[in-house]
Amino acid sequence: MTDVQSVYYDKVVRQFAIMTVIWAFVGMAAGVLIAAQLAWPVLNFDLPWLTFSRLRPLHTNAVIFAFGGSALFASAYYIVQRTCHVRLFAPGLAAFTFWGWQAIIVAAAITLPLGITTSKEYAELEWPIDIAVAIVWVAFGIVFFGTIMQRRIEHIYVANWFLGSLIIVVAMLHIVNSMALPIMFFGGSWLKSYSLFTGVQDAMVQWWYGHNAVGFFLTAGFLGMMYYFIPKQAGRPIYSYRLSIVHFWALVFTYIWAGPHHLHYTALPDWAQSLGMVFSLLLLAPSWGGMINGIMTLSGAWEKLRTDPVLRFLVVSVSFYGMATFEGPMMSIKTVNSLSHYTDWTIGHVHAGALGWNGLITFGMLYYLIPRLYNRELYSKKLVEFHFWASTIGIVLYIASMWVAGIMQGLMWRAVNEDGTLTYSFVESLQAMYPFYMVRTVGGIIFVLGVITMMYNLYKTIANAKAVEAVIPIPAAAYHGGP
Amino acid sequence: MSDFSSDFWGWFVGIVSIAGILACVWLIMWMSTGKAPGKEKKAETMGHVWDEDLTELNNPLPGWWKNMFYITCAFGLGYLILYPGLGSFAGILGWTSINQLKFEEQEAKEKYGPIYAKYAGQGIEALVSNEEALKIGRRLYLAYCTGCHGSDAGGVTGFPNLRDSDWLYGGGPDQIKASILDGRNGVMPPWEGPLGGEEGVYQVTQYVLGLSQRPGIDEAAAQAGQAKYMTFCAGCHLPTGQGLSALGAPNLTDNIWLYGGHPQQIAESIARGRKGVMPAHKKFLGEDKSHLIAAYIYSLSR
Repeated sequence: MTDVQSVYYDKVVRQFAIMTVIWAFVGMAAGVLIAAQLAWPVLNFDLPWLTFSRLRPLHTNAVIFAFGGSALFASAYYIVQRTCHVRLFAPGLAAFTFWGWQAIIVAAAITLPLGITTSKEYAELEWPIDIAVAIVWVAFGIVFFGTIMQRRIEHIYVANWFLGSLIIVVAMLHIVNSMALPIMFFGGSWLKSYSLFTGVQDAMVQWWYGHNAVGFFLTAGFLGMMYYFIPKQAGRPIYSYRLSIVHFWALVFTYIWAGPHHLHYTALPDWAQSLGMVFSLLLLAPSWGGMINGIMTLSGAWEKLRTDPVLRFLVVSVSFYGMATFEGPMMSIKTVNSLSHYTDWTIGHVHAGALGWNGLITFGMLYYLIPRLYNRELYSKKLVEFHFWASTIGIVLYIASMWVAGIMQGLMWRAVNEDGTLTYSFVESLQAMYPFYMVRTVGGIIFVLGVITMMYNLYKTIANAKAVEAVIPIPAAAYHGGP
Repeated sequence: MSDFSSDFWGWFVGIVSIAGILACVWLIMWMSTGKAPGKEKKAETMGHVWDEDLTELNNPLPGWWKNMFYITCAFGLGYLILYPGLGSFAGILGWTSINQLKFEEQEAKEKYGPIYAKYAGQGIEALVSNEEALKIGRRLYLAYCTGCHGSDAGGVTGFPNLRDSDWLYGGGPDQIKASILDGRNGVMPPWEGPLGGEEGVYQVTQYVLGLSQRPGIDEAAAQAGQAKYMTFCAGCHLPTGQGLSALGAPNLTDNIWLYGGHPQQIAESIARGRKGVMPAHKKFLGEDKSHLIAAYIYSLSR
């Protein structure tokens, strides 16, 4: 028997990695259903629990927090151990975060279809679940930063900067935005609460949270993933250390300001709208810094893209990241926003990010991670190849149809006749969406086919495999100054 | 400025915003100078190694990227000088969203107002044969009325059908126009108490069903319900059940049901009551547009 301190604690990584695969299917299949409901409303089945309005938050929560969250936990626990050359701090607490996070997901999957919701977008869960999220998240922070403090290499690897910012900022956002008064103290149900903020302040806090859930959960956290798995899979050094410094600090600083662009032309005071727009534009270069560092890490190894579908997943995800982070600042410009806001363009933009960036990089991460966690070769490279093309075609169908649909909606809503009346009624603009909603559904189905392929491929990879205990290698340069 | 509880916050927002943008500029410049590790043109490694083979080069910041960053910073500073953004500082253009709205509304009024005013002097009866007026009326209807009454004006439960000849408040041109301009408040009080509970509600329901010759009603209950109807309901719906448009009390004999004609739905209307609201549009749409919508709706039921 080897000393337990000489091996990595990977059980929790394996658990989170497998749940990432399962939640990918659940969350994205729910997305396909609600996409189909928009084209064929009969699929609501006249059951309150299956209506679009209740399944839509289920879909977003499942994809962002169940799929994305599990992927972040898995990669954070894996990366922080490997880049600190030390066993995870407080493994028991790490196991608690796994069971706690899964219990929260199950609670969400039960309460949202029942219509129990705060009605705050991406923060729909009611207060008892919110408290559980806060507790699990703080435990995550203790495990992560505890591991960092015990590291055996002086320098903290760049992936950990991003993962650390994810943990700190999401804790702050979640706790502040979820502050609410449960009505049980006034004789009401224990499953209902009202926000502590009112009116436009509530809207501002909500979108300060909502935009930075994108910024730190779906951007900074996944950039942490990118900074480990791309250089590892490519076998190349990170392109530029100082670029990572500039873009990290500029990104975490400017993102926090960008929320008001969700509230252009509303009751939010003009000055706050302007600041939101200016800092959203400022966000373009810092966002692209990560893309440059990811893609340029491949310089000298470009030919690997032809032969290595896993690397292709990782690199194409960064391209979608670059596309979505260009589109975002453009859409935050008030003039553009007056056309794009409230249309399906926004939905397309979000999915360029969610499917293209978060989805593809997580698939690449899983194809890298799972064979290593079980000491097996990947069952089939051909199936990875198929998954890659299914994903790409699915995304292109999705975002292209939503671009056309969104811009068409925006133009139809603002078109006026010579007598000043609206050229199109709302229903006419809805009818015009029909073909695009069908194309979007088809794109989603193709994407989910890819996910099912991945499930099969990974299942075959780990079937009958034994989990391996990975021995912690000795750091290249020992760290003497630490705790 | 009323956005802030004291002058402090205006200054706070302004100073932090400018300092933030300048800090970005400083960060780029700092990482572009010799003080940053490794200023040689050729990429060198940082000498850090993690997890056996993770290393970093230290390539300089790409020039086009740096310039893009500088340009967005300069744009941001310029924008915040021209437009409101730096706390209480209103921006040198003096732009506000409320003034832009007022300006655009004024512009629209001047441009389109005369088109509607042209028809204001003509009676609704005359406009019904004016194709151009009906076209405008229909467009206005589609923009403002479809949300409740439907694109085909067929209505849904709780929102009246405007195509038939059954009118709650009267179907004459002036009555329709009054409904649009001033709105209507329909109130059916809850009667479960006065009727003595479920039994009484059931009896009156059966009687009311009989008014529109519904087959298969419980005759005994209907008979018992008649006396209660005459006491509690006939005041508004009249002894004959034909309703009173001055009160908006619906006709109960025509088998048209605003809140559904299923015995359960009728019992619910009697027991719990109903509240129907047609909002007033005078302030929002003005006389001239309402006039054209009234003409369109009047034309539908003819």
